[in-house]
Amino acid sequence: MQNYNSTVLSNQELSPGYYRMRILAPGYVSAAKPGQFVMVRVRGGLEPLLRRPFGIFRTGFMPADCEGLPDKEYVEILYKVVGSGTSLLQDLHQGDRVELLGPLGNGFDIHPAAEQVLVGGGIGLVPLYMLARQLVKGGNVRLLMGGRCRDDILAVTEFERLGVATYVSTDDGSLGEEGLVTEVLERKLAKYPRTNVYACGPTPMLRAVHELCRTRKVPLQVSLEAFMACGVGACLGCVVKGAGHSESDPHYLCTCKEGPVFRAEQLEWDLLEKGHDDCGCTEEEA
Amino acid sequence: MNNTSQQKNQRPSLSVEIAGLRLKNPVMPASGTFGYGQEYAPFFDLDELGAIVTKGLSLHPKAGNPTPRIAETTSGMLNAIGLQNVGVEDFIRDKMAFLRQFRAPVIANFFGNTLEEYGEMARRLSDLPEVSAAELNISCPNVKKGGIVFGTDPQAAAEVVSLVRRHLDKPLIVKLTPNVTDITVMARAVEEAGADAICCINTLTGMAVDVHRRKLRLANGTGGLSGPAIRPVAVRMVYQVVQTVKVPVIGVGGITKAEDALEFLVVGARAVQVGTANFVDPLAMPKIVEGLERFCREQGMDDINEVIGSLQST
Repeated sequence: MQNYNSTVLSNQELSPGYYRMRILAPGYVSAAKPGQFVMVRVRGGLEPLLRRPFGIFRTGFMPADCEGLPDKEYVEILYKVVGSGTSLLQDLHQGDRVELLGPLGNGFDIHPAAEQVLVGGGIGLVPLYMLARQLVKGGNVRLLMGGRCRDDILAVTEFERLGVATYVSTDDGSLGEEGLVTEVLERKLAKYPRTNVYACGPTPMLRAVHELCRTRKVPLQVSLEAFMACGVGACLGCVVKGAGHSESDPHYLCTCKEGPVFRAEQLEWDLLEKGHDDCGCTEEEA
Repeated sequence: MNNTSQQKNQRPSLSVEIAGLRLKNPVMPASGTFGYGQEYAPFFDLDELGAIVTKGLSLHPKAGNPTPRIAETTSGMLNAIGLQNVGVEDFIRDKMAFLRQFRAPVIANFFGNTLEEYGEMARRLSDLPEVSAAELNISCPNVKKGGIVFGTDPQAAAEVVSLVRRHLDKPLIVKLTPNVTDITVMARAVEEAGADAICCINTLTGMAVDVHRRKLRLANGTGGLSGPAIRPVAVRMVYQVVQTVKVPVIGVGGITKAEDALEFLVVGARAVQVGTANFVDPLAMPKIVEGLERFCREQGMDDINEVIGSLQST
């Protein structure tokens, strides 16, 4: 976990409203685990005041600007522009400065299995890429990717290049199969009952995924999003209700520190709030 | 090199004294923004701080409020965490060993729901040699007296402070809420009741609305406003309290950089607390310490105490 001022290496629009930002990030290739996140702040000014959490899409090396220098280590985030923080990010260019805090949180537990299923809803696909990169070493990996329309379907070809089989579905049928990603999941679970499921996306999707996995006794890990101030477990602003929570015996878990990845059985699903839309950045809609 | 220039090259002293407590510098975290220290230890050596102030402790663990608990506002944030904490037992068992390794004094912030709980907490903290001072949060409702907030009624405040004073064998800092008509009345009441120092201000009660959903943005409805937005209010109240009491005052409210901290020192605060800025930048406090040192050097001062209360009358 480090905090430093860093440099934007690139910032490109992937599809309308969705961006991919690459940030210089020494130390991240060895430190960042699948499912971890970073807190990003555009330098200077008090508006907006707080940093924004972003799931790590991937880390890697790129060639240095001139021969003789070591390769540049980077971290990539994907984000959807929804509020004041992401609007500022959208306007950044190569060479601009950002403050980068991370890698933060607990990532996915890797359970080796012959069949692995990833479920991504919209920008919820972000934490699944590094996970896929590890899982393909040990078995077949399938990515079920859903969205409202084709604009919400991101980076699928990059998963395919890893050797992941991808299945796209959209609510309006503008790309892939028309329907919900959970309908695809239901079919896959029927075909491959002995699998692990890893999911990230909007709360209604996660709830449906959980229901399917619970009835079929399939292990599920989910990555949650929450608005947070600190990202390190100090502010206690990002808590979710843990399993067994009740008014008289409350049990809260910190999304930033005890998550953002949870085993399904750690959470109180009936009380899981719709705290996160599929915006990927946990901002209030502008 | 002659003597004078040698002195000029010496590092200025940032050390201050609060209620018999010698601090290396006047910078410490505001309770509730720094956990129990562990959360920020990966970023810097906590001994760079004047003191370590813990999250508010209660006799029994407290689960806190429902979510959403925080909302960002213009140059600030609202929070209604609900004083979630591990309770004093778990604090002693799980957090003490970590805090023991630092030379920086530990100030334990605490609160209660009844007078009895406050008294019992004071006794528990007295038993802990690792705790150098206690900071009393009186911004809580008295559940036995219809929920009236101790800190908004001078009599109730005096009552809880004198009770705690009787049971506590270490310096007592009383943290005041700004949600009163005249903070000097509260300051005078807690000083007379035995406070060794006064810390002000706690957060300002606020509210924010999600206009798209027509809903309050915090599940609790209201929350405490903190961050740069409240600094001018905090500076004004610290100024007023300094004019009113003889005990040292710790200034807190919206400090993000050394110049902000200096505002409080110039109007007479003996030390400062940094809160929301810790969330924005984990290194906010060490940077402020550095900035204070630089300011002293630039101003040709060899002691930060020369700044304290140095406000010029207009």
